[in-house]
Amino acid sequence: MSSPIFKSPVVRWIDHRLPIFSFMDHELNEYPTPKNLSYWWNFGSLAGMVLVIMIITGIVLAMHYTAHVDHAFESVERIMRDVNYGWLIRYIHMNGASMFFIVVYIHTFRGLYYGSYKAPRELLWILGVVILLLMMATAFMGYVLPWGQMSFWGATVITNLFSAIPLVGESIVTWLWGGFSVANPTLNRFYALHYLLPFVIVGVVVLHLVALHRFGSNNPLGIDTKGPQDTIPFHPYYTVKDMFGMAVFLIVFAGFVFFAPNYLGHPDNYIPANPLVTPAHIVPEWYFLPFYAILRAIPDKLGGVLAMFGAIFVLFLLPWLDRSPVRSSRFRPIYKWFFWVLVADCVLLTWAGAKPPEGIYVVLARLGTAYYFAHFLLLLPLLSIFETPRPRPTSISQPVLRGGGVPAGARAKPMEKA
Amino acid sequence: MAESVQVGGGVGRDEKPKSDEPTRRDFLYLATAAVGAFGVASVAWPLIDQMNPAADVLALSTIEVDLSQIEVGQRVTVSWRGNPVFIDHRTPEQIEEARAVDVAELRDPQTDAERVIEPEWLVVVGICTHLGCVPLGQRPSDDRGAFGGWFCPCHGSHYDTSGRARRGPAPLNLAVPDYEFLEPTLIRIG
Ligand code: HEM
Ligand code: FES
Repeated sequence: MSSPIFKSPVVRWIDHRLPIFSFMDHELNEYPTPKNLSYWWNFGSLAGMVLVIMIITGIVLAMHYTAHVDHAFESVERIMRDVNYGWLIRYIHMNGASMFFIVVYIHTFRGLYYGSYKAPRELLWILGVVILLLMMATAFMGYVLPWGQMSFWGATVITNLFSAIPLVGESIVTWLWGGFSVANPTLNRFYALHYLLPFVIVGVVVLHLVALHRFGSNNPLGIDTKGPQDTIPFHPYYTVKDMFGMAVFLIVFAGFVFFAPNYLGHPDNYIPANPLVTPAHIVPEWYFLPFYAILRAIPDKLGGVLAMFGAIFVLFLLPWLDRSPVRSSRFRPIYKWFFWVLVADCVLLTWAGAKPPEGIYVVLARLGTAYYFAHFLLLLPLLSIFETPRPRPTSISQPVLRGGGVPAGARAKPMEKA
Repeated sequence: MAESVQVGGGVGRDEKPKSDEPTRRDFLYLATAAVGAFGVASVAWPLIDQMNPAADVLALSTIEVDLSQIEVGQRVTVSWRGNPVFIDHRTPEQIEEARAVDVAELRDPQTDAERVIEPEWLVVVGICTHLGCVPLGQRPSDDRGAFGGWFCPCHGSHYDTSGRARRGPAPLNLAVPDYEFLEPTLIRIG
């Protein structure tokens, strides 16, 4: 790493003893980044921004929230009605969770499309899946805190999943509850964990970024960068592009917060929890629906729970299920189509998860579940053998130059687009 | 195209300025920074203001106190916005004592008349103006200090029968809250 020369003597003094400025320069300024990244590469920084927003608004909410079954619902209503800007802060946090999942799901599908999980980025991918699991746990426990009907019954249903475990299941559920039903001890521990986990996520994101910066970003062509002619410095090119993406994203986010703050939520959660009456139709938040559909698709209790967790765990194995040496779908004529079928399948599962578990919906959920697992466990290994990839360019610069394989810079400057 | 557009008297887009004249780029930087600063401030304000008293807290900020049960010479404490308020039904001697003080000698000069509405009723916030302890003197058995008013046990501040700081570290007199008489024996504080 070339040590930058800093103008300010104070900065130089500090940097000599604590190379924080060299580090930042290296990772955020001069950091060589493939020059062909598309807008699909904006979603990582968006996820990071949403995480920060969630932590800030969450800490503010914690200043007014009371984690007790007798006061939780009222304390949230007080935030909505009495606390200065409490409504704004709560709506940001509430919709922020949805935004976080949208962004991370897009980020993840980007990885699936461009083969970002393949060597040497397997651990980077696995850390991403760990983040996803932590996010799910955090979002689930957060949803319990306002102690409405959906909070209570969601918590009851999800904790009861563990009762499917043979022999020790019941004891585990009692242990999770700290009693014989979801009650005050449950609420208190969920609050403690809901506060803790986002900081664990921050830690894993740091590891995720360390792994990312080891080999740098993948790119739409899925080929390695071959030298300085294929990269541009992170700053100002991608700082500006990331900031532009953030501005656009924040418009959408603000649209929800100000014009449809409860659109993604469920009205039953504005009814205080009642342990004696279950709402007629209980559904989880939209981002859990595909998993919920898989859970209900399997007629066996233990089987359903295993399938649901399996749907995520299969992602851990992905780098070894897809053996094709080609990363980007651009050069995988068959996989490309199956990718889109998988997207459609996930949409189908999301839709089926929101419907009552009866009739045609169960049939569709079963088909969707079968296809989901077939994609990862059958199609990907088979495609690795039978698909003939298209020829890939020899370098990132080549297609830009349209110049028959001669590395960029060796012949001419890259064409300017504007 | 760029060459034809110029900011009054400035230089073209990518030319280095020859003088200290501001360039078009300086203008863009400043405008961007200004918009950014405005955005940051408008996001920061809700995050700061949420810690101010909420609407339900403000709603509790007035109380009414019925004085008819308080005997001459008796002191009572009521709670207002979470703080003690001392109500003293003063005896004629105490009033006399408070009026006799030479205002010029006081560290926080105030006449007794400025501190009361009806001379027999002294209403003050029972919080020592030094560092916030509650002074003694509300019960007859309490130490009332050298001036017959209140005595703060924390660092030894003495207050007189008008609640004025007379000795010790307290810099100011006990505060008089906003209050009014709704009836001869009913006040509203706040
Ligand atoms: C809190 C959630 C997450 C944050 C803050 C985050 C952050 C980032 C950032 C800033 C980047 C670099 C920019 C980019 O390539 O988009 C990145 C890359 C990456 N992330 Fe994430 N990420 C998160 C979740 C995930 C998840 C859930 C997965 C997958 C299951 C994942 C997989 C990846 C992969 C494979 C890369 C490298 C992508 C490439 O270069 O093609 N991330 N992440
Ligand atoms: S607080 Fe009363 S004397 Fe210091």
